Amino acid sequence: MTRALKTDNSDALIRDKALWMRQQAMKMVYAKQLGHLGGDFSAIDVLATLYFGVLRYDPARPDWSERDRFVMSKGHATGALYTALAAAGYYPQDWLDTYMGHHSKLNGHPNRQYLPGVETNTGPLGHGFPVALGIAISGQITGADYRTYVLTGDGEQQEGSNWEAAMTAGNRKVKNLTLIIDRNRLQQGARTEDTNGLDPLDDKYRAFGWHVVEIDGHDYGQLLDTLSAPVGNREKPLCVIANTVKGKGVSFMEDQAKWHHGVPNAEQFAQAMKELV
Amino acid sequence: MAVAAATTAPGFDCRKAWAETLEELASADDRIVVVVNDSVGSSNLGGFQEKFPGRTINVGIAEQNMVGIAAGLANGGRIPFVSAASCFLTARAMEQLKADVAYAGFNVKLVGQSSGIAYGELGATHHSIEDFAWLRALGPITVVAPCDAWETAEAVKWAAAHEGPVYLRLSRMKVPTLDLPDRTFTPGKAELQRSGSDVTIMANGTTVHLALQASDTLSEEGISARVLNMHTISPLDTDAVTAAAKETGAIVTVEEALDRGGLGGAVAECTSATHPVPVQRVGFPGFMPTGSIASLFEEFGLSREGIASAARIAIRRKGA
Repeated sequence: MTRALKTDNSDALIRDKALWMRQQAMKMVYAKQLGHLGGDFSAIDVLATLYFGVLRYDPARPDWSERDRFVMSKGHATGALYTALAAAGYYPQDWLDTYMGHHSKLNGHPNRQYLPGVETNTGPLGHGFPVALGIAISGQITGADYRTYVLTGDGEQQEGSNWEAAMTAGNRKVKNLTLIIDRNRLQQGARTEDTNGLDPLDDKYRAFGWHVVEIDGHDYGQLLDTLSAPVGNREKPLCVIANTVKGKGVSFMEDQAKWHHGVPNAEQFAQAMKELV
Repeated sequence: MAVAAATTAPGFDCRKAWAETLEELASADDRIVVVVNDSVGSSNLGGFQEKFPGRTINVGIAEQNMVGIAAGLANGGRIPFVSAASCFLTARAMEQLKADVAYAGFNVKLVGQSSGIAYGELGATHHSIEDFAWLRALGPITVVAPCDAWETAEAVKWAAAHEGPVYLRLSRMKVPTLDLPDRTFTPGKAELQRSGSDVTIMANGTTVHLALQASDTLSEEGISARVLNMHTISPLDTDAVTAAAKETGAIVTVEEALDRGGLGGAVAECTSATHPVPVQRVGFPGFMPTGSIASLFEEFGLSREGIASAARIAIRRKGA
């Protein structure tokens, strides 16, 4: 398989997939009354862009050694990851109905041995970035041309392990690695900047030896252009600060910390589904 | 079957066997890489780094990153050997060992250097006596503590060939190479070092040769002590433990580790379920004072006489 190429209707395709993912995530979480819709919805446009405009993969061969890797470091956002993998064809879409059920493969946090397409186990924050870095270094050692993408939450950046990885990636010039930071400015309890502030995040990554781009994380054109740009002569790893809105797509969820792991009641579910069209 | 075992002086630092074996393996298999935390020297990996600079990944002093990167390298098809002082490799990266290695099942080899109280004088922050208890709790990781240079080399070869996570617990303490004919290293299978019928002494790593010395002392008193090298504490050879309980009626466990949660804990769990007998545990009670390895071993009974004494107590407790 080759990487998806941007076409005139790329935006429309990704928009359709992202809408479907939001609808399915909403249904999953409403049915189980458990989940993390706020962070799902801030990240879904990034994942839809990756899976339907950027990544090289073959869902029939999840272990294909030359696949591009995507690591979902913010592992609580399973509503984004599980719907993306279902939409991409890694498993039947009706598996989503089992979400967090007894012995379900769709654990509350992703497990690589349960689900095809999951590159590593995540959930505890600050784990995915170093693992993705290891994947990228492996590619550097062998000369493989796969690319590695990792998405972390912005609150997750408060974990020290990220900065250990940031330092190593910058120093080793791991240019085949792209870090995407879901910058929705909210974490579980409050705004990131009121909790343990991260700004200036761009300058921090530049100081660590990264190429930094700041974009609108809901703009498919910007996402496509940034994430599919060839590594080419780039000499540094790429950090994409994707400015997003927590709960994006549902009016009463947007930019509200309480929707980090809030779950909708019947009335809210109906309202949300009306908006997700 | 009577099997003779003796020790040869003066002993070897097993790090040489570890490093030379890894270099040999890496020459034949380019998937082998090492990941270290500024620990090339203390891991004796200077030669490896010289031969394979592109396969030596030094992340600096960053243990969580080190273990996470190793998991990623395994995802990419490499066979990573993470080599670091075990006090930091385990404690500092415990959640990565749990989530990124054990739970994820990545083919990562963890090599804890200077385990136990090898850094005796540096104090309890630098001792690694809890690692058996912690790593045993992470089921999918095979936990092996080789007892001499020969077994270290065999364990490294096995770990490289085995598909799955492994923790090798190495020391820097010099230990004799055990003179046992026709030895084979079988992970998960206790090695009979000496036959005996009155008590069984189970040891691993740096304490096996001491267990043999203790059995010599006991023999002089007319006590027949079986000696088992329990190089693998997870998974435990429950058949050997149960057989020892049934056939000798008393057990002594000896380990350069916390006196609970490791080999002693595993053996006590096993016998309580299969064939309860007295189990005397020789190990360390908690955070250790500063001191040389030799002085601390002596103080806490990891010695010829200390182990023999524990055996006498275990025998006295039979039927009590």
